[in-house]
Amino acid sequence: MSTTDRTDKQRAAGRALAATPPIPAPVTASGIDIPRVVTADMVAGRDPGLPGEPPFVRGIFDDGYRGRLWTFRQYSGFGTAEDTNQRYRFLLDSGQTGLSVALDLPTQCGLDPTDPLARSEIGKVGVSLSSLAEAEILFDGIDLGAISTSFTINGTAAIVYAMYCAVADKQGVPREKLTGTIQNDILKEYVARGTWIFPVRPSMRLIADTILFSNEATPRFNPISIAGAHVRDAGATAVEELGYTLANGLAYVDELIRRGGDATRFARRLSFFFYVHMDFFEEVCKFRAARKLWAELLEERFGVTDPNARRLRFGVVCGGSSLTAAQPYNNIVRVGLETMAATLGGAQSIFTCAFDEAFQIPTEFSAEIALRTQQIVAYESGIAKTVDPLGGSYYVEWLTERMEQEVRRIIDEIDDYGGVVKAIEDGYLQLRIAERARERKKNIDSGKTVVVGQNYFRRENQTDEVGEVFKVDPTAARRVEEKYRRVLDRRDTATVKRSLEALERAAATDDENLMPYLIECCHAYATVGEMVATLKRQWGEFQEPIRL
Amino acid sequence: MSLNGKRILIAKPGLDGHDVGAKVIALALRDAGADVIYTGLRKSPDYIARIAVDEDVDAVGLSMLSGSHLELVADTMRELAARDARDIKVFVGGTIPKEDHAALLEAGVSGVFTADMALDDVLETVDRVLS
Repeated sequence: MSTTDRTDKQRAAGRALAATPPIPAPVTASGIDIPRVVTADMVAGRDPGLPGEPPFVRGIFDDGYRGRLWTFRQYSGFGTAEDTNQRYRFLLDSGQTGLSVALDLPTQCGLDPTDPLARSEIGKVGVSLSSLAEAEILFDGIDLGAISTSFTINGTAAIVYAMYCAVADKQGVPREKLTGTIQNDILKEYVARGTWIFPVRPSMRLIADTILFSNEATPRFNPISIAGAHVRDAGATAVEELGYTLANGLAYVDELIRRGGDATRFARRLSFFFYVHMDFFEEVCKFRAARKLWAELLEERFGVTDPNARRLRFGVVCGGSSLTAAQPYNNIVRVGLETMAATLGGAQSIFTCAFDEAFQIPTEFSAEIALRTQQIVAYESGIAKTVDPLGGSYYVEWLTERMEQEVRRIIDEIDDYGGVVKAIEDGYLQLRIAERARERKKNIDSGKTVVVGQNYFRRENQTDEVGEVFKVDPTAARRVEEKYRRVLDRRDTATVKRSLEALERAAATDDENLMPYLIECCHAYATVGEMVATLKRQWGEFQEPIRL
Repeated sequence: MSLNGKRILIAKPGLDGHDVGAKVIALALRDAGADVIYTGLRKSPDYIARIAVDEDVDAVGLSMLSGSHLELVADTMRELAARDARDIKVFVGGTIPKEDHAALLEAGVSGVFTADMALDDVLETVDRVLS
């Protein structure tokens, strides 16, 4: 019997779990004990205040979604810039209101398509963007002055942002009209997502460069999206997700102040990105607690009092590791519930995963259902008609406060350790996440955590088929390489050389802002790999601490 | 079941940065008695084969979530063969679509593991193949 025969049979049989799981234990996914019933006296003295007013428990805008719905922002990108441009036009035609660019791993890690490590990864998890030439194709026919674009990019965020500014220059769109977001959150890359390039400290400098430059040049653009989603996906609980993310946020504020930034100004453009998992009320309360804690921490630690600078704006991803390969159509229901939690929590933008996203790039069919899920919540459910409809619920207010307490405990722990940068350089946070992931896995294996269709309620002979399978065009890598070589042939090498030399000189200084140099390099059609190699010569590479 | 005395290399070939699955498996194998070495991120097939031979391991576990598994597994098997190390068993884990399992097994892989499989099943398969 082959290994697959055996495992399929075993999986179909389940692992000695009962047919029906026990009644769910009264504890949240983060481990907070839940009372049988929450009564008025348990929340006495807690006034959540009004939406639009600090500390923003009930939302950052006084009119919630009545003035403006959240942005429907589906993450997508694959193959060549031409392939992805076509998908973007499809999504915009379907009613999507913002673009979200998925980049391939060579672009994310700063390697050109011909690098030996890059070859097998071209166009796989996102679109290949090796130079300005590709970015021009990616946004062909899309007016950058009229659309907001989010880039999930970190190690090379400054370069991709420079490229976006350069495309705007080419389209004749004034830079100050640009709206969108670069993720640009390197700290969580070291902990959970892995597309780091440089050591922590020069990476922090580069992030400060982008934020300070953006505040002047593209004031409507979010130059960072401090992200908890990946740490959560990797194993952290909701409370840890919030604790680590806010701690990272505080580290960026520290760095920006060290660079002479004015917190009242730059804090307005800091944005956040969280995960929505399946524990409905815990997720709703996580967002309410997040807003309150961030507003309080900015005031306590940095003396920021201006309400406009203390509004925590955030996007979310619904799906991620809560999705299963088993009975994949169940994922549509999961994402629907998570979208409700996100809107009841007051998210500014939502990305809903497609039901097949646990195992492939979504097809147009599954991508459309994911977008429709948001539209149904927005236009049919009525959730958006009043601000913070759950505000004042005994349970919601009680749980919000409990989460605040637990998150503060985690932030204190990190402070005691010596801060996030040290915790990351030591590999301490990475190890904690791995241990958590293992615990999560053990709980699913043992049946303590119920995953419908996976560890309980499986059908006999369940096949888990989806109708349609997405395949990246196998010629994409070859086309990317050909286009890359054509760019090298056509550009003016003297201009490229000059722009890279200027970049290297600026990188050798302590704090000269690198953004103008990167934009020059992009205009000269220097490649992402060339810019990264130039910076590596000055800064070296991150040495991954391996602790098991 | 015990993996006492078995030496296993857990490796991340390619550029994929999702290492939690690799680490969870590494921790589980170690608790089952194996000596586990973890390469860290972004290793080339050449590097992985070299470490596997130098460390005299019984098996290599390759973790990939970016969809590049067919190329990277083929490259790693070729690098192992080039070092006369065909006896080292190769396991693959990560986001591996079902329709690719057969191709991987045919290429000589001893087991394909996905996130929804129980850790005990993974350990049992490794134990059976190595004993």
